[in-house]
Amino acid sequence: MTKLTLSRALNEGLRRSLEAGRKLMIMGEDVGRLGGVFRVTDGLQKDFGEHRVMDTPLAESGIVGTAIGLALRGFRPVCEIQFDGFVYPATDQIVSQLAKMHYRSRGQVTLPVVIRIPFGGGIGAVEHHSESPEVFFAHTAGLRVVACADAADAFAMIQLAIASDDPVIFFEPKRRYWDKGEVDTAAPLDSALPLDQARIVVPGDDITLLSYGPLVRTCVEAAIAAREEGKSIEVIDLRSLSPIDVETITASVTRTGRCVVAHEAPVYAGLGAEIAARVTERCFYHLEAPVQRVGGFATPYPVAKLEEHYLPDLDRILDAVDRAFAF
Amino acid sequence: MTVEIGGATMVAPHDTEFIQLLTPEGERVQHPQYPLGDVDIKGLYRDMVLVRRVDTEAISLQRQGELGLWASLLGQEAAQIGSGRALTPKDMAFPSYREHGVAWCRGVEPIRLLELFRGVDNGGWNPEEFKFHLYTIVIGDQTLHATGYAMGIRQESAEDEAVIVYFGDGATSQGDVSEAFSWASVFHAPVVFFCQNNQYAISAPQERQSPIPLYQRSRGFGFPGVQVDGNDVLACYEVTRQALRAAREGQGPTLIEAFTYRMGAHTTTDDPTRYRLASELETWRLRDPIERVRAYLARTGQANSAFFEEVDAEAAELAAHLREACRALPDPAPLTVFDHVYTGDNAILDAERAQYAAYLSGFESEVGR
Repeated sequence: MTKLTLSRALNEGLRRSLEAGRKLMIMGEDVGRLGGVFRVTDGLQKDFGEHRVMDTPLAESGIVGTAIGLALRGFRPVCEIQFDGFVYPATDQIVSQLAKMHYRSRGQVTLPVVIRIPFGGGIGAVEHHSESPEVFFAHTAGLRVVACADAADAFAMIQLAIASDDPVIFFEPKRRYWDKGEVDTAAPLDSALPLDQARIVVPGDDITLLSYGPLVRTCVEAAIAAREEGKSIEVIDLRSLSPIDVETITASVTRTGRCVVAHEAPVYAGLGAEIAARVTERCFYHLEAPVQRVGGFATPYPVAKLEEHYLPDLDRILDAVDRAFAF
Repeated sequence: MTVEIGGATMVAPHDTEFIQLLTPEGERVQHPQYPLGDVDIKGLYRDMVLVRRVDTEAISLQRQGELGLWASLLGQEAAQIGSGRALTPKDMAFPSYREHGVAWCRGVEPIRLLELFRGVDNGGWNPEEFKFHLYTIVIGDQTLHATGYAMGIRQESAEDEAVIVYFGDGATSQGDVSEAFSWASVFHAPVVFFCQNNQYAISAPQERQSPIPLYQRSRGFGFPGVQVDGNDVLACYEVTRQALRAAREGQGPTLIEAFTYRMGAHTTTDDPTRYRLASELETWRLRDPIERVRAYLARTGQANSAFFEEVDAEAAELAAHLREACRALPDPAPLTVFDHVYTGDNAILDAERAQYAAYLSGFESEVGR
């Protein structure tokens, strides 16, 4: 076991994948000499060369479009989109091409491309640097969408995403990049939890609290705080946002009878809506209260001095938990 | 510089740089930079006649309700056959959605194209098998795929391979095409950008896309551009062959603008009489890509009437087969709607498949009752 930041754990996972697969390439803006603006690719170009860790022109559609071409040639590109709000120029290539090529070709073409996107707020940034665009991609058939939440899981998940023959949109919680965690860098990948399964982070009995990415840590803090009040919260990290792990979610809610979903993305038409619908369909007679949602407002991501109001924090999550109990 | 052609203003070919090896009247023209080597001109003629016949048949099939849509290549046979025949078996081609002639050159059977336009699949051929990628409908997207593929060739130091990508005059306005130009130039990707300037993006004339001739676009990106008579199959062949060779030799990309004309509608849903004059079409009819080769072959004695009749008979037979094959295409089975979204399991999708299968089987038992 080694104590690593989440950023470093991703770096180690990428390094391992680069060592394992000759066809793996990392490409993006500033990923080479600089090592990425969050240093996730730090040192990789030095060790693996400019052809395998490639600084690209500044064009997101170009990054994804050429990655598709490289994948057609047999490469496994891992693209970095520098910030969440910069992925939109690549949306056409992701939605119209990357997601659909396997279907279009009736399975004859696979595109094992990973698109890494630092996402979420809480870092006091200027506009376009704090968004949570995961639902756009979760709504697109053909993509797998995942989000890591801590260092140990990030190390495994990035390798699993690279190993996937489907395209994967890989969200990284940017305000948690410097959070440290114990990582077993010697653990074999096949011992890792599969990419499409949710993970019970804190077991509990009274209510199920679902989240992913940056808010998983906040939810764990909420569970600790609630324990002092005598409430037992089960915290589940979804990990996979498409497909969601309905079995794990509904098994938990069937036991607890209550459910809260927390994410930074706007509540409206967010993943919480999908989860609430699935839980209602599957757990109707077990529910003690409607599924509660807590998340961003139906506004654009606000200015830095307002983001503490926009982002669900410990208190807002506990408030949602209280609503579920008060029903 | 612009000229009036049949009432419409068009960006004129540059006299000095416009590559033509066979005039509309069928006269061979010599060009010092493009000495035509040993080319099977009769073969090129045959190809063009056959793909035009496929095209005509497909339009008829659409009119008769057998196809949902067809995008005609009428008038662009020389650009497609000339460039398509310049490819070596190892070269990779990325088409837009009108490249039926290039598909023909790559060995993709015409019925596979009709499958797409009939709506039974999205073009089911294996791209690597034919070295011909699937049709791309979103304008310009494939230029980046071709560039990435070419970057891969360069990474692998595969010196006997190059890539060609097809797009139209309208596509040159797309951001992806500019990005592809940048990337290909920066990475010296062995890719040939083959722009068929057929003068119209549906109804929008080329002047709405660019105030300068399209082949000049490459200059700012740092690679050469050539304008070729797109209705001259010999020029299209030789210019493409040289550009591909340059790409293989590590000289990077070339832009070829094949100056041609879409003689038909954009697709079978389009009505070109709303945006262009009949006289313009007549002007271009005089530059027909097939007639000039026929005239050349006949006058030089390289082909006699028996040859032409033979090709016509072959075309008629091809069309009859195509018609039959098209009508025989089965509709895909309902549950195949769920196939191949992912390479493996997907719990959400798998549940939907099971649910819909159960729903459908309910009808079966009703019928059986």
